[in-house]
Amino acid sequence: MSVDPINLLAFLGMAIVTYATRVAGLALAGRLNLSPRAQAAFDAIPPAVLVAVIAPSALATGWAETAAAAIAALAATRLPLLGVVAVGVVAVVAFRLVM
Amino acid sequence: MPTMRDDIRRGLNDIWPAAVAAAPIGLLFGAVAASKGLSPVEVFLMSVMVFAGGAQFAAIELWASPAPVAALVFSTLLINARHVLMGASLAPKLQGFSRWQKFLGLYYMADENWALAEKRARTHRLTPAYWFAMVVPFVLGWLINSTLGAVIGAVLGDPKRLGADFAFTALFIALVAAFWKGRVTFWTVAAAGIASAVTYRLAGPPWHVAAGALCGLLAAWLAAGSEAQPATKEAEA
Repeated sequence: MSVDPINLLAFLGMAIVTYATRVAGLALAGRLNLSPRAQAAFDAIPPAVLVAVIAPSALATGWAETAAAAIAALAATRLPLLGVVAVGVVAVVAFRLVM
Repeated sequence: MPTMRDDIRRGLNDIWPAAVAAAPIGLLFGAVAASKGLSPVEVFLMSVMVFAGGAQFAAIELWASPAPVAALVFSTLLINARHVLMGASLAPKLQGFSRWQKFLGLYYMADENWALAEKRARTHRLTPAYWFAMVVPFVLGWLINSTLGAVIGAVLGDPKRLGADFAFTALFIALVAAFWKGRVTFWTVAAAGIASAVTYRLAGPPWHVAAGALCGLLAAWLAAGSEAQPATKEAEA
C-alpha cells in the first residue's frame, strides 16, 4: 500500500494538464463565430475524436478486431448502447477463436 | 419543463449503460497497471486525480520505474487535447450552471458523459442536476473498478481471453452512431479512422489521436462545403 513520490508527481502533472484541457473550452466558447462550413467541422468533433481513439484497436490490431468492429458498427444501427457492446465483445471472442 | 427530480432520473438512466460498459475497462486498467508495478492505492490516486481512460491506458503503456514524468505528462496532454474542442462545444450549453458548477463539473468531463450531454442538449436544456447525476456514478464506477482491478489483477488472468479489452472499442462505436448525420459523418469517420490507424502504425501512440481527429475535421469541412454551398452562399459572403 505504498505511494511512490515520483509516481505521485506524475499523477499530479497528468491531472493538471488534463484539467487544463477540460476547462480551456470555457474560455474559447463564445469567441467563435463560425461559418456554416466551420460549423459542420465543429459538429464533426465528437465522431472524429471517438473514431481516432479506437482506430488502432479496430483497424490496426488484427482481422478479428476489424471484423468485430464492423459487426459492432452494423449492430449500432439497430441496438442500444449495451447491446452493441455485448455484440462486439462476443464477436471478438468468436473471431479470435477462428482467425 | 422537467423538474430537478426528472433530470436526476434522466441522467442516471442515460449513464448506466455506459457505466456498465466501462466496468470491464476499469477492471482491465487496474489489472494492467498492477502488472506494471503500481499499487492499488496508486491506481486509485491516478483515477481520482486524472480520470481519463484513454490517457491512463497510454500512460500505463509508457510506465517505468522511476516514472518518466515528462513523457507521461506530454502523452496525457496530447491525448486529452480533444477536451479543448469538446469543452468549447459544450460550454454554450452550460447556461444553467453557476461558475463553480462549471469548474467542478468539467473536472470529470469524459468522452461518455460529454457525448450524452451533447445528445441531451439537442432536445433539452442541460441542467446541473442532469450533469451531476451522470457524472457522479460514472466516476465512482471508474474509481471502484480500476482499484478493484489492481487488487484482483493477478486472479483475473488474461483479460483478452474474455474479450474485455474490446468493450472500449465497441462502446465508442455505439457512441459514434448516436452522432450520425449522413454523408458528412461518413467522410469524417472514414478520414479519422484511416488517419489514426496509419499514424498509429507509423509514429505510434499518442500521435494517432490528434492526427485522426484533425483529419476527421478536415474531411467534414470539405464534405460540408460541396454540399452546403448553394444554400449558404449569403451566409458565407
